[in-house]
Amino acid sequence: MSAYNTNYAPPAPNGNQNNLVNGLPGAPPPAIQLDQQQQAYHQQQQQHQHYLQQQQLLQQKQQFQQQQPGSPENAFAGAPLHPPPQFNSNIVNKFLPPTSSTAAQLPPHSLAATPPALINGPHFRTAQGVQSPLSTLPPHLRQPPTLNGPGQQIVTNGSNGVPSSNSSRTASPGLLTSCATPPAPPPKPIYTGVTLTQQQQPLQSPPQQQAVDSHSYVPTLTSNLQNLNLGGINGMPATPPPASSAAPPPTTTSTVPPKAAQSNIQRGPVNISDYRGVSVVPAQLDTSGAQTLLAASGLQGHNPVPNMFAASTPVNKNPANIFGGVAGLPKIKSPTVGGRTPYGAPQQQAMGIGQPPNNSSLQEPIKQPQATSAGVVQPPLPGQGQWLPPGVSKPVLPPNALAQPLLPPTSKHMAPPMSMPPNQLQSHQPQPQLPPHTTQQQQQQTMQQPQQQIYSKPFPLAQPPYQSPPTQSMQPPPPPQSGAFGTQPNTVPLQYQSQQPQAYGAAAPSQFGAPLSVTQQGFSRLWGQDTIDLMQNRHILSPATLPPPKVVLHNQFHESINCSPSIIRCTLAKIPESNALLQKSRLPLGIVIHPFRDVNSLPVIQCINIVRCRLCRTYINPFVYFVDSKMWKCNLCYRVNELPEDFQFDPATKTYGDVTRRPEVRSSTIEFIAPSEYMLRPPQPAMYLFLFDVSIIAQQSGYLEAACSVLNRHLDDMPGDARTQVGFICYDSYVHFYSMGEGFNQPHEMTLLDIEDAFLPRPDSLLVNLKECKELVKDLLKQLPKRFANTHDPGSALGAALQVAFKLMQASGGRITVFQSCLPNKGPGALEPREDPNNRSAKDVAHLNPATDFYKRYALECSGFQIAVDLFLMNQQYSDMATISGISKHSGGCIHHFPLYQKTKQHHVDSFRQSFKRYLTRKIGFEAVMRIRCTRGLQVHTFHGNFFVRSTDLLSLPNVNPDAGYGMQISYEESLTDVKTICFQAALLYTNSEGERRIRVHTVCLPVTASLPEVMHAADTEAIVGLLSKMAVDRSIASNLSDARDAFINATIDIFNAFKIAQNLPSGQSGQLIAPRSLALLPLYILALLKHPAFRVGTSTRLDDRVYAMDCMKTLPLDQLMKFIYPELYKVDGLLYHARNSNVSTTQDDDDDEDNPLPEVPRLQLSAEHLDSRSIFLMDCGTLIMLYVGLNVPTEILDNVLGVSSTAELADYVYGLPNVVSPENDILKRFILRLNYDKPYAPLVQIIRDTSTAKAQFIERLTDDRSESSLSYYEFLQHIRAQVK
Amino acid sequence: MAFNFTAFTYIVALIGDAFLIFFSIFHVIAFDELKTDYKNPIDQCNSLNPLVLPEYLLHIFLNVLFLFCGEWFSLFINIPLIAYHIWRYKNRPIMSGPGLYDPTTVLKTDTLARNMREGWIKLAVYLISFFYYIYGMVYSLIST
Repeated sequence: MSAYNTNYAPPAPNGNQNNLVNGLPGAPPPAIQLDQQQQAYHQQQQQHQHYLQQQQLLQQKQQFQQQQPGSPENAFAGAPLHPPPQFNSNIVNKFLPPTSSTAAQLPPHSLAATPPALINGPHFRTAQGVQSPLSTLPPHLRQPPTLNGPGQQIVTNGSNGVPSSNSSRTASPGLLTSCATPPAPPPKPIYTGVTLTQQQQPLQSPPQQQAVDSHSYVPTLTSNLQNLNLGGINGMPATPPPASSAAPPPTTTSTVPPKAAQSNIQRGPVNISDYRGVSVVPAQLDTSGAQTLLAASGLQGHNPVPNMFAASTPVNKNPANIFGGVAGLPKIKSPTVGGRTPYGAPQQQAMGIGQPPNNSSLQEPIKQPQATSAGVVQPPLPGQGQWLPPGVSKPVLPPNALAQPLLPPTSKHMAPPMSMPPNQLQSHQPQPQLPPHTTQQQQQQTMQQPQQQIYSKPFPLAQPPYQSPPTQSMQPPPPPQSGAFGTQPNTVPLQYQSQQPQAYGAAAPSQFGAPLSVTQQGFSRLWGQDTIDLMQNRHILSPATLPPPKVVLHNQFHESINCSPSIIRCTLAKIPESNALLQKSRLPLGIVIHPFRDVNSLPVIQCINIVRCRLCRTYINPFVYFVDSKMWKCNLCYRVNELPEDFQFDPATKTYGDVTRRPEVRSSTIEFIAPSEYMLRPPQPAMYLFLFDVSIIAQQSGYLEAACSVLNRHLDDMPGDARTQVGFICYDSYVHFYSMGEGFNQPHEMTLLDIEDAFLPRPDSLLVNLKECKELVKDLLKQLPKRFANTHDPGSALGAALQVAFKLMQASGGRITVFQSCLPNKGPGALEPREDPNNRSAKDVAHLNPATDFYKRYALECSGFQIAVDLFLMNQQYSDMATISGISKHSGGCIHHFPLYQKTKQHHVDSFRQSFKRYLTRKIGFEAVMRIRCTRGLQVHTFHGNFFVRSTDLLSLPNVNPDAGYGMQISYEESLTDVKTICFQAALLYTNSEGERRIRVHTVCLPVTASLPEVMHAADTEAIVGLLSKMAVDRSIASNLSDARDAFINATIDIFNAFKIAQNLPSGQSGQLIAPRSLALLPLYILALLKHPAFRVGTSTRLDDRVYAMDCMKTLPLDQLMKFIYPELYKVDGLLYHARNSNVSTTQDDDDDEDNPLPEVPRLQLSAEHLDSRSIFLMDCGTLIMLYVGLNVPTEILDNVLGVSSTAELADYVYGLPNVVSPENDILKRFILRLNYDKPYAPLVQIIRDTSTAKAQFIERLTDDRSESSLSYYEFLQHIRAQVK
Repeated sequence: MAFNFTAFTYIVALIGDAFLIFFSIFHVIAFDELKTDYKNPIDQCNSLNPLVLPEYLLHIFLNVLFLFCGEWFSLFINIPLIAYHIWRYKNRPIMSGPGLYDPTTVLKTDTLARNMREGWIKLAVYLISFFYYIYGMVYSLIST
C-alpha cells in the first residue's frame, strides 16, 4: 500500500515557475508572458522529441534492413498518434499479495549525527537510551513526552505551528506501517477528509478557487518565502491553501490547521499533535499557509492525469517536462530576452542566438509538426534560411545550388531534413551510393529530389521517419542553430569549417560500418561536431556560447529526465569508456554539483521504506532497469533488488502494478522525508550563534551597526521553528557573553577574562529561544553597537571565542557566524602577520597555506558535533584569511569577504547588508551528509568545496546552504566497455529548519562512448573550466602558484593537441588552431583565469583577496563561478534605444513588462575594442554590476538613464542606479533585474564614468586585452597554437 | 663463536625490526579501513599519528647501532629509507602535533593510494631486512 505523500509544489498551470528562487522577493522577473510562450513551445518540442526518439531505433533498424526510404513528412504524420512511450512495458498490472516486506530491511544509513556518547547533557543521553526523540531544549521548553513519542519522531516538526512546506510529517509512522502491511488495494480506511479530493474528481474545483485566492496575499508573503525549499509564487497558485481546501474535522483540534489539513494519504487523526501546543502568532499562520501551499498535497487529487507528476505541468502529460519546470529555470528566459547563457534550454538558446526575438521564429517548430502531420506540403515561406545548415547559407552556396529550381520552394517543413548532417543522410536516401566525401551542396541537391519523391509517397507504416523536425530541434546542436548562425554573417564574421574533409573521412566510414550506432546516437549529434578555427574567429563569445551539451541517452532511458544541468554538470556529456580514452582526450573528468540549489518545484515524498539498492544503497531512480514487476536492477552496482509491495501502488490512480508511475522513477531530482532510520538522534533545532569582533579595528570599520540592524530586522525571517535558539558573543581581548534568560528584563553581559582556558560562565541563558526572548534579543542588538563604541582594545581573541562557542553549541550543533575584522592576536590561535605588502605582485605567492592548524582542528572538531562556522571577514588590514578560513573550509561553512570595510562608505554597507540579509534568510540544512555514488567502474577521486570528507564517498556537511557548490574529480577503477550509460547519484541527507529529516537525491545519467571525437565534441567547457579552477587552487596550495598557472596553459595545449590527433589533422604547425565548438571558449576562459585575482601574478593583489578568490573558485556554484571568472559585458544602447522607440514603459505598470519583452542584448567579449565613448556598457561580475558610461554619451540618454546632464556630474564612485522616471531607466532596471534573477542577492550597481578613477576597476576586468604583465587573447591563442604540435 | 657487540646489535635489530613490521602492518590495515569506510579519518589519523615518530626513531636507532658496530652494509641498505623518512617528515602538512596524516586530505584518492603503497613497500623492506638481520646475527655469532 502506498505510504508516500506526493506533496510537492505543483507549478502554476502556465508552466512558469521561475519566481522567487534566489531571493528576489516581490520582483517577478520580466518577460514572463514571453517565457510562457517559450515554455509551451519547449514542452511541445519535448513531447515530440520523446516520441520520436523512442521510435528512432526501431525505425532505423527497419530502414537499414529494408532500405526503405522513410519520408520524414509522412512518417512524422504518424508520430503523434503513437501513445506516450512506457519504457518499462513489461511490467504487468497485478495485484500482488504481500509476499515480502522490505520495511525492516533498511538499516540506518550512516548519518552525520554524532554517536550518543559524544553528546553531552544528561537528559540527552537518556533520550538516546530510550530511543525517544526528546529535544535538546531546556526542560521548560520541552513538550510533554506524549506529544512526541517515538512513533512520531520522524514526523515531528516545529512547534510554532509553522508548517514546513510539506504536510506529510503529520503522518504517524506507526500508523503508516500498520496501514501498510495489509495488502488491500483500496486503502480507503486511512483516508481522511482531504483524500476525498484524490478520489473524486468533482472536488477539484474548490481547491482551484482557493488557489486563485491565494494569489491575493502572495505579495505579502514574499519575504517569508525566500527560504522555502519549494518556494515560488508560481508554485502557489496551483495549490489550494490547505486550511480551506479540505479542513478535515480532526485537524481543527490542532492550533495549526493549515498543516494538518494537508492531505496525506496515510494521515490519521492521531498524529496532529507534535509540538503544537506552543503559541501561534497570527502572522506566522499566514506564513504557514503560504508554506503549506507549496506542499500541494491536496492537489494531486484533482489532477486528472494518472501520473501525479504531470501535475507540475498540467498541460503536458509527458514526464519529460517535469524537470523543465523543476530546476531548469534559466531556460525560461533564455532566447529572446537576452544574450545570457541559459542552461536549461539548448534549442531555445540555439535559436535565440543572433536572432531578433520575433515570435514567429519561436513558433516555427511548433507549426512544423502540425503541418507535417497533416501531410500537406506547405507552400514556400520566406525566412527559411534560418533553418539551413551553414553549408546552405549563402556564402557557401555554389551557383548551381542557387540555380537549382527546387531549392527556393523549400518550405519550412522541408528545411529540417535538409539540415541533417550529410553523411548520415546519405545512408537513408535512396542514393546510398553517394560517397561520403561529397560536399554539402551536392548533397543538398541529392537530398531534395528524393524528398520530393517521398512526399508523394504515402508511408504505409505510419511510423515516424528516421528523423523528423522536432527531434532535430530538440537534440543538442540543432540545425536551426546553424541557421541562426547563417543568418548573421554580417554581425559575426564566422567561418565555421563545416565538416573538415579529413575528419569527415575519418568519422564517416566507421559510422557506415556500424549503422546501428548511428541510429542509437541520434542524428543531429553530429551537429556538435563542427570545428572552429580560433585564430580566424577572435570574436568567439557570442556564437560559441552554448548551452551545456545535451545528454542524449539510449533508447531505454530516453523518456527519463536527467537531472537539471544547473544542479549537476559533468565535464563530459559522454563518458569515455576507458581511462585510456580519457587520457587521450586530455580532458578532466568530473562533475560540478549544486545540490542544495533553490528549486521551485521539487517532488517531495514520504514513504515508509525508501527503496534503495541493498548492496550499494543507491536510491531508486529513473535510470534503473525493472527486471519484472517485482525486481529492479540497480544502475550503479547492477544488483537485482526486490521491490517492496507498496511500491507497486500508485496513489494517484489507485492502481497497482505500474511502478513506472512512481515519482521516484519519474523524476531524477526528488526529496524524501526520511524515516527514523535516517536519524542517529532527534533532528536538531535551528541554532544560531553570532560571534562579533569588537576590537578597536572592528569599531573603526563600524560593521557592527550594519550587522546588528540587519539581524534585528530579519530575526523573524531566519529559518527555524519554535525551537530556534540564538546567542551572541563578542570578543576583543576578552570574551563577552550575553545572558538573556527568563526573568531578565535586559540582557546581562558577562566578561571572561581568562581566555587561555576558556569556559562558559553559566550553563544556560546564553543560547536562548528566539521566540520567547525576542524582545531581549532585539534589545541586545540595539545596544551592542553602542556598548563597544568606545573601546580601544586592540586585541582580538578569536580562538578563545571560538572555543567557548564550541562549548555552547556542542550539545545540539548548529551554525556559528563569525565576524572578524582583524588578525586574531590574543589567546589560543593567535597569528602573526605574514604578508609582505611590498611583495604583492611577486611571481611567487607565499603563505597560501595556513600558518597553524589550530583553526582546522577546531573545524574538524566542530564538524564532529554538527557545528558549521561561517566567516565574515571585514578586514581593514591583512588578517590571514588563509589560516582563519580553515574554520569554514573544513566545517562546511561559507566565507564572505568585505575588504577594507568602512561604515562611511555607503556601498560597502549596502553590499554587506544585501549579502548578510541573504545569508540570514536563505534556507539552511543542518547535520547534513552528502554521498556521491557512481556507477561501478568509476570513483570519486577528489572532492572540492567546503566540507569534511568522512569516507571515500561521504561528505560531512554540518550545514548546507543553497549557495554552496561542490566539485568532484572522477577517476576510473575499471573500464566501462560493457556498459552503455553511467550514472552519478548525489544524495544529500539533512535536517531542515523545521526539524525534519530529508533526503534530496539527484541522479544524472550519461552515455558512454568509445570514440575520441565524440568525447571531445561532448565536452562542457564551463564545467571543465569550473573543475580546472578548483584543481588549480589545490595545486597552488599544495605546490605553488606558478605551477597552477602552468597547469592551466598545459591543459589547454594538451586538449587542443588531443583534438588535433582525434581529428587526424596533419601534425606540425599551421596557421590554424582548430577547436571543436564545444571547446571553442576554453582559451578565453583560461586566459581570464590566468588574469583572475586568484591566479594572476605581476599585478598587486592582496593576499587575503587572493585567498578569498581561491575559496570562491572552490565553492561557488558553476553559474556564479562563470560570472566570477568571465564577467558578462553588454552594450546597453540597444536597450535604451528600444525603450525610447517603443516609448511605452513609462505609462504602463510593471504588470505590462511581460508584454514588452526586453530586446536581446548581445554579450560582448571583455575587450576594450568593444567600448566606445558614445555608449553605456554594463558588466555583470556576479557580486557587482558596473555601468560604464562613455565620455560622449548623448545628454538626453544621460538625463534619462542617470538623471545627470553630463558625465562630469558623475562622481568618481557612484553606486546604485538612480531613480529616474523614464523608459530608459526603467528598461535598464528590468535588464539588471533579469541579470540578477539567478543570483542569491541583488548585487550593487556601480556607475563608472570614463574619466573616473574607478575606471581601473572596470579595465582590469577586460581580460581579453593585453596588460603589462599578461597576454591578450589573440597572443594567448598564438602561444597555444605554437605549442600545439 | 662469540657473542660480541655485533651479534647484540643484530639481536636488537631483529626485535626492533619485528616491531617495525608490526607498525607497517598496522599502517596498511589502517589505510585499508579508511578505504572501506570502516573508520572515521579523524580517529584513524589520531591513532596513526602518534606512531609515526616512534617508528622513525626506532629505525634510526637500529641504524645507529649498525653504525657503531661498523656493519656498513646493513647501514647502507637502510640509508635510503632513513632519507625517505626525513624527507617525508619535513614535507608533512602543517600540524601542531606530531605525525604525518591530515584528516582533511588523507582521504584523497592520491594520498590514500600513496600511503597504501608506502605501507606495503615498507613492509616488504622490513621483512627482507628481517631475514638479512637473522643472517647477520647468525653470521656474527658463528664467526670468530
